[in-house]
Amino acid sequence: MTEMPVFDPLLREVPSPYYTPAHREFRATIRRWVDEHVAPFVEQWDEAGTFPRELYGKAAEIGLIGMGFPEEYGGIEGTDLFHMIVATEELARAGSGGLIASLMSHSIGAPPIAALGSDELKARVLPGILSGEKISALAITEPSGGSDVANLRTTARLDGDHYVVDGEKVFITSGIRADYVTTAVRTGGKGFGGISLLLIETDRPGITRTPLKKMGWWMSDTAAIHFDGVRVPAANLVGPENAGFLGIVRNFNGERIGLAAGANAFARVALEEAIDWARQRQTFGKRLADHQVIRHKIVDMAQRIQATQCMLENLAWRVEQGDAPIAEICMLKNQATLTMEFCAREAMQILGGAGYMRGVKTERIYREVRVNAIGGGSEEIMRDLAARQLGL
Amino acid sequence: MKVLVPVKRVVDYNVKIRVKADNTGVDLANVKMSMNPFDEISVEEAIRLKEAGKATEVVVVSIGPAQAAETIRTALAMGADRGILIKTDEEVQPLAVAKLLKGVVDEEQPGLVIVGKQAIDDDSNQTGQMLSALLGWGQATFASKVVIGDGSAEVTREVDGGLETLSLKLPAIVTSDLRLNEPRYASLPNIMKAKKKPLAEKAPADYGVDIAPRLKTLKVEEPPKRSAGIKVPDVATLVEKLKTEAGVL
Ligand SMILES: Cc1cc2nc3c(=O)[nH]c(=O)nc-3n(C[C@H](O)[C@H](O)[C@H](O)COP(=O)(O)OP(=O)(O)OC[C@H]3O[C@@H](n4cnc5c(N)ncnc54)[C@H](O)[C@@H]3O)c2cc1C
Repeated sequence: MTEMPVFDPLLREVPSPYYTPAHREFRATIRRWVDEHVAPFVEQWDEAGTFPRELYGKAAEIGLIGMGFPEEYGGIEGTDLFHMIVATEELARAGSGGLIASLMSHSIGAPPIAALGSDELKARVLPGILSGEKISALAITEPSGGSDVANLRTTARLDGDHYVVDGEKVFITSGIRADYVTTAVRTGGKGFGGISLLLIETDRPGITRTPLKKMGWWMSDTAAIHFDGVRVPAANLVGPENAGFLGIVRNFNGERIGLAAGANAFARVALEEAIDWARQRQTFGKRLADHQVIRHKIVDMAQRIQATQCMLENLAWRVEQGDAPIAEICMLKNQATLTMEFCAREAMQILGGAGYMRGVKTERIYREVRVNAIGGGSEEIMRDLAARQLGL
Repeated sequence: MKVLVPVKRVVDYNVKIRVKADNTGVDLANVKMSMNPFDEISVEEAIRLKEAGKATEVVVVSIGPAQAAETIRTALAMGADRGILIKTDEEVQPLAVAKLLKGVVDEEQPGLVIVGKQAIDDDSNQTGQMLSALLGWGQATFASKVVIGDGSAEVTREVDGGLETLSLKLPAIVTSDLRLNEPRYASLPNIMKAKKKPLAEKAPADYGVDIAPRLKTLKVEEPPKRSAGIKVPDVATLVEKLKTEAGVL
């Protein structure tokens, strides 16, 4: 038993209007699950560049995969963004963003299917995804660019009752292992009005997948996916033809709130690691935590984390009320990734050389900072979108 | 057969306990409260009996403040069928708990009551035994294995030097020990479903029990701090110090 963890939302129950006892119960469940099934293996999985596929099934058993999806397809109804925040925070405690990215890749791949797919499509693919048996990914980004979604080039041409897909996607999370890839394709003219979402099964002829090596997120597989005359049934269209852009944009608010929750949670993990170290490590005859410079670093980190958390929870609550605070969510995402960046840096300084060694969470978190600031809408794009939303 | 499981809301076992500055008790401000771990084991055992077809219903009861309802919900999320909250903000000591539980037993007529061997906050280890005495039922404490037969139960206990097996006539009281089982997770779907399971609210007066404390707490203090150890350069110094300073050789 260590000192009271000042920032642990499980053990330190501060009053909050956002979390019900059921949320806290869920947190306790995931905490125990992560301690048992994830935390002891994170090092090993990250070095190996993968984690066992069975983990999806195990995660589905405790409700991690099904939350927010309709019950008739194996989902769990009645959950809200705070369940998602709790789940993200608890998964983050193991110190690997790659784990969350891949284990939860269905959280970007499957919502368009649930929201816009036909009943037949939903019944065909959702139960497999939500039971953890099948892996779902989302493929938007192309070699020609990720930020400028409206100008994507992969085409899907209707030929009888099939689409024929040609083109390439890159940086696709779970791309190697995914069974289903929700793919943005051009079915119409130029711009956002010509884009559709198509569910593509990865065992179709004409698909080649190449694994990509990365700075961080090692245990998450990331792929370039090449489509060469891939025939996909027209029944796999997700939502109406040429209305795919809406399906993509629909994902963004939830995804960005999730990314912000993750980034801030990783900031907190780095902070906790730094505090632990600062309390133990002696230099110049006293604990690191007794040097004013170090104490101030810790408080600076905590202050930013707290501010980000307030913004996160407030915006999640507004979204739950039906509000769509797009500009604020863009700012939240940057606030969170900048906080993660700051805390990874400061925690690393406090840990010193030890922090630079593999096996320390902060080392991994440090390497995972940039993907958070680039994926799901880069920092620059977030600022640009916020500025436009503000009518500047 | 109905199984009754009392559950207590206590400070979570992961929380480092702090004593209040005025030495009147333990600081509970902003502290995570959870189900007493031994009670989790009891709930798990009851649910397993139900799954094995030996029990028909699992009823959980908690005595405590309004928030004890959350502890009951945890049990319901694990798989118990319904809950009873006997709501009070007063301190309830083991004898009063046992009397209230007797009231619940009289009303519910369970075939088995599984009680945690102790609660990790006050470590009294009295409630199950007192309840058994009040009811005049058999008791098997510190159970590491429970096998339900026809109108009877075989309970294995871990005692010094081995295992002891008791045979009891039902209805009976069993108190659970750590190795009885490993409690399951309350999964998210079950947490959501638990919100809809019945939870009755009662008051101590409904059972005609006077819960006024019989024991008075004089002072609560931190255990003495352990002083830091020292490192010795070699075995010879260690032996020397054990002789001269520690006085154990
Ligand atoms: C590990 C990892 C996993 C990923 N997983 C997925 C996935 O599962 N599915 C998926 O579809 N994509 C995924 N991505 C891709 C990610 O969404 C893109 O990298 C991101 O959208 C940026 O696109 P880009 O890399 O093509 O950069 P570009 O769009 O080429 O941008 C390059 C740089 O220019 C800046 N920039 C671009 N336009 C402007 C502008 N108008 N004004 C100012 N600055 C601008 C950007 O901010 C960026 O800094 C993943 C990326 C990574 C690194």
